[in-house]
Amino acid sequence: MMRFVVTRALESLLVLALMSFVVYALIGLMPGDPIDIMLAGDPNMTPEDRERLRQLFGLHLPIWERYLNWLAAALGGDFGFSRNFNRPVLEVMAPNLGRTSLLMGASFILSVLIAIPLGLFAAVRQRRLADYGVNLFCFAGKSVPPFWLALMLILVFAVELNWFPAGGIETVGASGFVDRVRHLVLPVTCLTLLNLAAVARLMRAEAISAMRQDYVRTARAKGLAERRVIWGHAMRNALNPVVTVIALEFGTLFSGALITETVFAYPGMGKMIYDAILGNDYNLALVGLLFATLLVLVGNLAADLGYAALDPRISYR
Amino acid sequence: MTATLAKAERPAQRNRALRRFMGHRGAVVSAFLLILVVAAAVGAPVVEGWLGHGPNDPDLGKRFLPPSWSYPLGTDEAGRDVLLRLMYGGRVSLMVGLAAALASAVIGTAIGILAGYYGGRLDAFLMRLTDAVISLPSLALLIVLAAVDLRKVGIPDSIAYSEAVSLYRIIVIISLVGWTGVARLVRGATLSMRTREFVRAAVALGAPARRIMLVHILPNVLGPVIVATTLSVGGIILAESVLSYLGLGIQPPIASWGNMLSNAQEMLTQAPQLVIYPGLAIMVTVIAFNFLGDGLQDALDPRAGE
Repeated sequence: MMRFVVTRALESLLVLALMSFVVYALIGLMPGDPIDIMLAGDPNMTPEDRERLRQLFGLHLPIWERYLNWLAAALGGDFGFSRNFNRPVLEVMAPNLGRTSLLMGASFILSVLIAIPLGLFAAVRQRRLADYGVNLFCFAGKSVPPFWLALMLILVFAVELNWFPAGGIETVGASGFVDRVRHLVLPVTCLTLLNLAAVARLMRAEAISAMRQDYVRTARAKGLAERRVIWGHAMRNALNPVVTVIALEFGTLFSGALITETVFAYPGMGKMIYDAILGNDYNLALVGLLFATLLVLVGNLAADLGYAALDPRISYR
Repeated sequence: MTATLAKAERPAQRNRALRRFMGHRGAVVSAFLLILVVAAAVGAPVVEGWLGHGPNDPDLGKRFLPPSWSYPLGTDEAGRDVLLRLMYGGRVSLMVGLAAALASAVIGTAIGILAGYYGGRLDAFLMRLTDAVISLPSLALLIVLAAVDLRKVGIPDSIAYSEAVSLYRIIVIISLVGWTGVARLVRGATLSMRTREFVRAAVALGAPARRIMLVHILPNVLGPVIVATTLSVGGIILAESVLSYLGLGIQPPIASWGNMLSNAQEMLTQAPQLVIYPGLAIMVTVIAFNFLGDGLQDALDPRAGE
């Protein structure tokens, strides 16, 4: 078990290191040049100044050396400054990381808590109206453009009904716990719906195949109540493959979070990365992407370990 | 001699597959819907001829018009015909969806067959790579890729600034992250094919590896690849719409279902129908592709799924 955790953690670190180089190189390929941006702000700079600045910031070095310099600084805890905020990157990012974790965590837990009973419910009523309804709902959830779902939620619940605020995290001037929760309702609903469909559909398929197994027939034959058969026998076994897939879905969840945050103007990691890329804030975009990757990798790892805990037959030697 | 089924057995198997497909009501309805969407996309210039104005002709005197004979779905915030833009946008979505799905399938199949056939270190390397790409936050990566300045990768200005470049760029970047599912699937199928008699016979006869992979293994793994490719079209259309919505995909004046929604937030209170139409178009098309894939799965690969 310990060895499995260490191997997986090392693999995740390797992925993170690779990702950091790829993203570092890609960010260098984005439009604009940090020096040009500085020059644009100061008309007195000469081409000599420009060259001097390039040398000063190490931009004349080949990409490899620049990356290694950056890596050395980053490992020492220096992630650089955000150009648009004029503050250290970590300081800008920290509150966003917390808010994204809150959004993703709440939606993840809610969607799993709803999807598993929903999938089971459909599986038990296979080929009846309720099953078709759940199935259609799952297909719709998988097929709806995520940003459009968010827009429709705003249209119905913020514009038409005026039940919840359309965006942000708190009303200016009127802070308070209830107010913050009210701002969370629509984004969390949106991300939950997006994640729900995939899990429910999978749960339904797995539960159907579990219900056909011999141990379910045995459980029925020995006179167990149907409720025990479904929850105790079918669900426990259907759950394992579902957890495996959930483990791989954290990247998708983050993609959903990015869109949700952008539409609802929710200041989290996704919106921060998007704004940083559009605003040529290279450092913030780079570090934001790496932390988002880290978040996803940690989520994957945690779900993998959950898998081991759920299924006693699996022992990661 | 190829390693697929003997010719006499094929029609019978095909009929059975067709019957299974026709038994999947959702898939049949979806196939019909998709034919309508394709017809609308292909027929866009004809309708344009009837109406007498183009999809990108702004007319600020005709903003937010209600539906009428000359503007069947009304006009948008720049006075452009909404129906025509939807039809031309359908072209973009279908083209991006099909082209990127096909490209992803080619990349995935190549990687999957190589990994499954050679095994060992190559397999380990390719599968770790696949796992790594799967575990990434792909949308964030797509946004970075979409923001890359083409001139900095050495593409001449004449191409980098041409109107159609956003279309090809989005196909390329989606294919770059979209091949993982097919790669895993094909690797698994190749592993099991490698142990079959006809493949071992070909190896024993001294057939070169390239021939074994292309002639003996590839035709036998195509069924699941077709299913997975069809199922991926929907996701790709969604990805394109998201990137275009965020302003990083298809660039105006080319209309796409995604970029028709770029100003959606401001229009929500003023003209919600402009937000509803493109979204519905995307959703209906994507649902149809997903049902179609589901039906194909029942027909071609009956043991998979439930």
